[in-house]
Amino acid sequence: MPSPSLNKVLQRARRGLRQHLTPGRGAVASLPLLWLGLFFGLPFLIIARISLSEVVIGLPPYSALVDLAESGMLQVRLNFANFLLLWEDNLYLDAFANSVHVASVSTLICLLIGYPMALGITRVRESLRVPLLMLVILPFWTSFLIRVYAWIGILKGNGLISNVLMSLGLIDEPLHLLHTEFAVYLGIVYAYLPFMVLPLYATLSRMDNALLEAAADLGCRPLCAFWRVTVPLSLPGIIAGSLLVFVPAVGEFVIPDLLGGPDTLMIGKVLWTEFFNNRDWPVAASVAVALLALLVAPVLLFERFRERGQSE
Amino acid sequence: MTVRRPTLVFSLLAFGYAFLYTPIFSLIVYSFNESRLVTVWAGFSTKWYVSLLHNEQLLGAAWISLRIALMNATLAVVLGTLAGTALVRFGRFRGRSALALMIGAPLVMPDVILGLASLLLFVAMEQLIGWPAGRGMTTITIAHVTFSMAYVAVIVQSRLVRLDPSLEEAAMDLGARPWKVFFVITLPLIAPALAAGWLLAFTLSLDDLVIASFTSGPGASTLPMVVYSSVRLGVSPEINALATVLVALVTIGIVIAGWSMQRKARQTQV
Repeated sequence: MPSPSLNKVLQRARRGLRQHLTPGRGAVASLPLLWLGLFFGLPFLIIARISLSEVVIGLPPYSALVDLAESGMLQVRLNFANFLLLWEDNLYLDAFANSVHVASVSTLICLLIGYPMALGITRVRESLRVPLLMLVILPFWTSFLIRVYAWIGILKGNGLISNVLMSLGLIDEPLHLLHTEFAVYLGIVYAYLPFMVLPLYATLSRMDNALLEAAADLGCRPLCAFWRVTVPLSLPGIIAGSLLVFVPAVGEFVIPDLLGGPDTLMIGKVLWTEFFNNRDWPVAASVAVALLALLVAPVLLFERFRERGQSE
Repeated sequence: MTVRRPTLVFSLLAFGYAFLYTPIFSLIVYSFNESRLVTVWAGFSTKWYVSLLHNEQLLGAAWISLRIALMNATLAVVLGTLAGTALVRFGRFRGRSALALMIGAPLVMPDVILGLASLLLFVAMEQLIGWPAGRGMTTITIAHVTFSMAYVAVIVQSRLVRLDPSLEEAAMDLGARPWKVFFVITLPLIAPALAAGWLLAFTLSLDDLVIASFTSGPGASTLPMVVYSSVRLGVSPEINALATVLVALVTIGIVIAGWSMQRKARQTQV
């Protein structure tokens, strides 16, 4: 009679063997792998390739990298001019720097508005928490474009803010808030606030209130307890929320396009303009490659390190 | 000792909600405005709703968007569930890190890059194998599935991780084949995650302007594309009416969902 633990080992071994021998398990992983490889992985190779070609007039508007020349020689032409252009023309670097700046400031404002909201939701009666959370999520489910559009009516010269201030006699002529950098900040903070509140709430609601009581018993005032207990414990939520706001905000197109002015330089808008207005696919592709290397790759690496740190 | 209720936190909470809802309320209010101008209130009117009903361009685009969103959500749930299951339940397998990377990457990828990448792929494929011939609903749907399945996979993953494996193990010990275990045990247990993933994929697709603009072709303008081009020309009360309809639909949906969730929670408590 084998011992119970041996029995368990045998069971597990049998199960492992059966799992291994069953056909179909491969299909489960390979279907999404194939889809993503074809429609997500491959496009990035193509982007990298097109970023090295020249713009030509025709369809598609870029040159081939590999040519069979008339002499029968295989020619490979790599055109690094696009990347040189990104480096030399101030437009692109400025746009990238400005995007990072706008996104960081917006993330900070989101944090300043979102943190008290998340904290407040954890402090209300239990039955009120779900409805309050739903109210944070509800704007997210309505159209993003329409939420940005709502600000046009509020900010423009004869819009809501100007009218209210004028009828109060605070200003004499309409304020021109639309098409300014301020409007871009406002739009980004407004659109991405739910992404900050939700992860913050998730970590804050898991926090043990006994820790705050202990801090108070040990003579820590509420503000000190907030800085030394609540904030450090909610750090994972702060990081997650900040990434969820910062990363899409850097590449944002709709908000700077609709709310920003002609001098609002953001990299997502530059890419859009290169592609749709200038029809320069190779330059658009090289902007995408640069953005991938400077923004997406570091974030993915950071996430991987964090996951590894958490699992250890 | 009870936790103190700082009034500061509560007033900031109220400010946050005011910030979130003022623009939405102003949209709703001005959708009933008689005048075309946002500046003046010229009396109550529902004429913008009537003209919305007669705007065939908007309605046609809404129909296209709806079809794309339905197709996208369904495909994304199937592929996302497969990917999530593989990542959580299969241990190490060949291609695991590639799959994990390609599930994580779309979540942090700017829309403009995803859109451009998909378009360049479709152009290259058309050159090489002649498919997809031209761009339209099919290409938009493919591009949408590619990024929304990642969201579904993440939701399914987090649900599977918290799932007690002993139920599945018991079924396997009793001789059920893995496919049967999946359909009879796992699937019902993760059904809420699948529903949430389907809804999220549906909304992401319905809401997307950038990726659709890149991957669309003539004759396939989605609702956000039409709204965008009309918004660029200025404020239009018809868009306000459309926004009000959308907000009403979403509110009804969320209230029903919340209500049924609470009822279910109460049932399990009893």
